[in-house]
Amino acid sequence: MEPILQVRDMVTRFYSVDGVVHAINGVNFDLYEGETLAVVGESGSGKSVTMMSIVNLIPQPPGKVEGGQAIFSYGEMAQDLLQLSEDEIRHVRGGQIGFIFQDPISSLNPTMTIGSQIAESMTEHLGFSASEARSKTVELLRNVGIPDSERRFNAYPHHFSGGMRQRVMIAIAVACRPKIVIADEPTTALDVTVQAQIVDLVKRLQEQMGVAVVWITHDLGVVAGLADRVLVMYGGTVVESAPVDNLYEDPRHPYTIGLLKAIPRLDATGEAETEELEVIEGVPPDLYQELTLCPFAPRCGYAFDRCWAEVPPLIEVGVQHGAACFYDVERGGPRNGS
Amino acid sequence: MVADSNILVRVENLKKYFPITRGWLFSRQVGTVKAVDDVSLDIRQGETLGVVGESGCGKSTTGRAILQLHKPTSWHVFFEDVDLTTLNAAELRALRPKMQMIFQDSVAALNPRHSVGKIIGEPLVIHNVGTAREVHERVIELMEMVGLKPAWIKRFPHEFSGGQRQRINIARALALNPNFIVCDEPISALDVSIQAQVVNLLKELQKQLGLTYLFIAHDLSMVRHISDRVAVMYLGKVMELANRNDLFRDPLHPYTQSLSSAVPVPMPKHERRRRRFILKGDPPSPSNPPSGCVFHTRCPLSVEMCVTTVPEFRELRPDHFVACHLTDTETGSKIPEQTVLASELT
Repeated sequence: MEPILQVRDMVTRFYSVDGVVHAINGVNFDLYEGETLAVVGESGSGKSVTMMSIVNLIPQPPGKVEGGQAIFSYGEMAQDLLQLSEDEIRHVRGGQIGFIFQDPISSLNPTMTIGSQIAESMTEHLGFSASEARSKTVELLRNVGIPDSERRFNAYPHHFSGGMRQRVMIAIAVACRPKIVIADEPTTALDVTVQAQIVDLVKRLQEQMGVAVVWITHDLGVVAGLADRVLVMYGGTVVESAPVDNLYEDPRHPYTIGLLKAIPRLDATGEAETEELEVIEGVPPDLYQELTLCPFAPRCGYAFDRCWAEVPPLIEVGVQHGAACFYDVERGGPRNGS
Repeated sequence: MVADSNILVRVENLKKYFPITRGWLFSRQVGTVKAVDDVSLDIRQGETLGVVGESGCGKSTTGRAILQLHKPTSWHVFFEDVDLTTLNAAELRALRPKMQMIFQDSVAALNPRHSVGKIIGEPLVIHNVGTAREVHERVIELMEMVGLKPAWIKRFPHEFSGGQRQRINIARALALNPNFIVCDEPISALDVSIQAQVVNLLKELQKQLGLTYLFIAHDLSMVRHISDRVAVMYLGKVMELANRNDLFRDPLHPYTQSLSSAVPVPMPKHERRRRRFILKGDPPSPSNPPSGCVFHTRCPLSVEMCVTTVPEFRELRPDHFVACHLTDTETGSKIPEQTVLASELT
């Protein structure tokens, strides 16, 4: 299967008054048609900046995408999104690539009815007439679980609860039948019972429309339930990439291993319940420094001289499974050739 | 009044209503938000009582009202057998050193113009404990206790990361040797790998100093990890209160059952197989709570009695309290296996 999006060696920096922030340091990944790819990482790991760089949503200045490619291919078309003009990329955004953001209240226009905000993208990208767009919008609102959608078309964002507003955001994201939906922490601001509703809704829409979803989150629990593949990011690099089952059952990067041990589980039994949580000592890397070593080396128990000298590339450790680590945790020693 | 000497804090019928007003000059009250409505709890010496619930359920208001940061509408709170309601300001102030609080927002809780040393030492200065030299020594001791380097004493809050700022907050709360600390979502704003560090620190300090915690959070797995007993709140009321193992293994209230089934667990195979009850809709507004049992609008099992009568919060099993009518009925309060409440569209 051909990937719908191929990102290669992407580098994004921010030029602030205090210095250069090395936000993304050479990110590579593929996204396949119809799959759910979860991007996991802590704040500052570069998970949002990666996706925003691809579609030119980085504020410039201070930000700058300084290198790499993002080849978006569907049908006969293949284009490097990083080379498109502002006008061209605007047609891709909201058209072939939809977005769901964390905070729906600041993403929706408070002075427009929610119906007209959804219909707007259809008239803009698909060339629908006003009445066509309206009837499609009402249908879409019903489909994302907004009851009484005919009347709600004329409601304003402040009439809706947090969960309902996120449903509206989802409706806007899928309005133009995109190939890719980028969901940036869409459930972080919601309560757990509402989060479960939203996760279910996105899964159902994905099945209906066959759209590829990139789900950016820091919650490893949510990822377990919905992803096909997972990218783990740290210090502006991808440190591990694997199918979801492999990542949780057989993690190979010391950071992923530590992260999975640091979260308590609601299903824990016996001794695991009272045990101290395992801790990743230290703090996340300082992004003002240019990356010349493994970003995790200062916090890693396995680090040896090579880790301090160069940035490890993503090394294949299994089927579709890559880890950016010179140390082989399975064998218990430096990887062959390291 | 308090018979059981193990009980450090006893809350009886705590209510906190906030008025909704309209107009700025001749403002009049047009409604009330029942943030906390008739909550009774005991907090035992040396335990961690976890309080969980969704946003707006009144968990933070409960914590603040216990410490009298909000003047409650009606209540009795006994702290070591002293009824805090009967105290005047000076008497209450004398008790303050024993009751402290750690806030969620570590930035807002620290004065950006004060050095760490001044922040941590301030409670000692306010309560006139010791000379300047003694205060300095105590600050150094506290910083070491929470894992901050004493050399950082002159630094300012913005020079620290989120996890370190939360450590400063903890050190300040510990300054006066309290025995009771209300932790209001102390880890919610932190990254996963830092959360574990702070939770371990809180547990370690509890062991060392014999502290009692009221731990407020919305993260069920973290609350279960740190608590001895857990109270589940919904729209200003406690729905269920039990030992953490009983509560999570055998939840009696339908709300607790759906809440714990909605929390995703980090195990993909398990997660795909798991049966879940997904509640419909959002929590109702506390300014206009439903009649009877406040949960009846979202409860998959609700019967007529739930609409008309408020269920009593009672001890159904030893040390397991629940407020649900259905626990008395033949069918019980368990959501049956075959109930799959998918989102409303299916």
